[in-house]
Amino acid sequence: MNAHVKYRVGKSRAVQALIVFMAFLITVPLILIIVYIFREGITKINWTFLTRVPKPVGETGGGIANALIGSILIVLAASVIAIPIGILGGIYLSENKNTRLSYWSRLAVDVLQGVPSIVIGIVVYFWVVKPIGTFSAISGSVALAIMMLPILIRSTEETLKLIPSSLKEAGLALGLPYHRVILKVIVPCGISGILSGIMLSIARIAGETAPLLFTAFGNPYLNTNLTKPMQSLPLLIFNYATSPYDDWHDLAWGAALILLFTVLLLNIITKITSRRWNVQL
Amino acid sequence: MPTAIAAPQRVVRKKNSYGQIRAESLFRRTLVIVGVAMLLLVTGILITLIIGSIPSIKSLGIKYLWGTTWDPVNNVYGALPFLIGTLLTSFLALIMSVPFSFAIAIYLGEYNPKGWLSNFLKNMVELIAAVPSVIYGFWGLLVLVPIVRELEMKFNILPYGIGIFTSALILTIMIIPYAASLGREMIRLVPSPLKEGAYSLGATRYEVIRNVILPYTKSGLFAGVLLSLGRALGETMAVTMVIGNTSIIPTSIFAPGNTMASVIANEFTEADRTVYLSALIELGLVLFLVTVIINMIGKRIIKRFTNE
Repeated sequence: MNAHVKYRVGKSRAVQALIVFMAFLITVPLILIIVYIFREGITKINWTFLTRVPKPVGETGGGIANALIGSILIVLAASVIAIPIGILGGIYLSENKNTRLSYWSRLAVDVLQGVPSIVIGIVVYFWVVKPIGTFSAISGSVALAIMMLPILIRSTEETLKLIPSSLKEAGLALGLPYHRVILKVIVPCGISGILSGIMLSIARIAGETAPLLFTAFGNPYLNTNLTKPMQSLPLLIFNYATSPYDDWHDLAWGAALILLFTVLLLNIITKITSRRWNVQL
Repeated sequence: MPTAIAAPQRVVRKKNSYGQIRAESLFRRTLVIVGVAMLLLVTGILITLIIGSIPSIKSLGIKYLWGTTWDPVNNVYGALPFLIGTLLTSFLALIMSVPFSFAIAIYLGEYNPKGWLSNFLKNMVELIAAVPSVIYGFWGLLVLVPIVRELEMKFNILPYGIGIFTSALILTIMIIPYAASLGREMIRLVPSPLKEGAYSLGATRYEVIRNVILPYTKSGLFAGVLLSLGRALGETMAVTMVIGNTSIIPTSIFAPGNTMASVIANEFTEADRTVYLSALIELGLVLFLVTVIINMIGKRIIKRFTNE
């Protein structure tokens, strides 16, 4: 082997080592963040933390019950709005592959996916908050529902596309009406793909803060009325993290731990369930 | 007697099948309505933003975009500080993230496409995209900011800690997954005869990557970078928490500043005057248009690439 070949092989090896090193470097910040939040958060979480509302500045103790309940309610309402529309939209796009309307509709979903969340916050402020006259949890749900839609539609469309058309043709040949073929044959066949799309979309919006700033707004007290301002975990983290008080930082660390693990858990569950389907989400 | 029993049954069945037909057309119509609704939703967003920014366009005109002062107290509005802040943070983040994204894409697409190690890395990259941005912001504020402050003291720069550079660091981590996972898909699409041809001529692995894979996937990798950029431009919470929120044109990359998204997040609920609110909405409109255009170009490139 002459020197030049040795040089080329050596260069190839060096580049490979560099690329492997750089590729795995990215896991460092993620592990740092998870470990740091776990260490800071785990000591703050106890029964009081989960069942009380925050105390005023200067008093120790207090919890984040208002944010926990608020987050669950807001996300639940958003899912109720978004899931039926999202699944129907996905069915529409997978059933109409080449019509003019479906082309524009698909484009609209693409656009929607790229819209910055803060812009959706502004728009929903004018659509819901202004007419009602007050910040409200339901407006936050509407904003989050708009963010869920593209993910739901895309995952439903991609899942249903994978189902062989012979199934649909067999159903139609038996004389089943179109809607029963779709709802009783096609959708049940793709249900696990659709479910993982639903879970992924919930994981995406559970941590969204920007669209809630001008809609759900936040609330230091416990509130279960959807037409009133409501606290949520991401809002609480944002407000308390940027405050100068240590007590509030403690609450924010605990809340961050709960939020982070919920989101990561949802993602991991989605991954395990969607592996069967090989759907690109 | 038997006919008397059969007759009502037939009527019931007929009614039932009419019902089925009606339900069928109702279902088809619902699907079309949902398809139209998606279009209306997006045009509605655009129209709402345009209507909202009319007062500001009318009273401030086009020079709003390069006005250098933002002083709501004295009713002076200029968006330049935020445009510069947004561009600086996004492009800094892009420059820092690209080497890592490409390294991940090449590793997962070429060096090690299968096996537990590559699965592990792939899942890690996806989890990075999954962490909520408010958590990045919180971590950045309490962990990264002190580190940056120490660095700045060492280099004798005014030690703010917060600022453009810190935001760009956080953004770097956040946007790596987008270019990385798309790049991986693209590198996997390289036809193996091309690679085998190069190997058979005696090329080393590096030479194959450099002269076959990268030229072939150039446009796909570029599309991934565009999607990352769209993400960085619109990112709000993490940036808002660490950028410092001052509405003056940043003098260096270590100075505090503001981006379009962060100024909206901070001032929208405080905006008491029509023009003030409208100026913020116009920022939202600019942000919307820019991100939509960047995303559309990116998606167009991907579509062309995967259809070839």
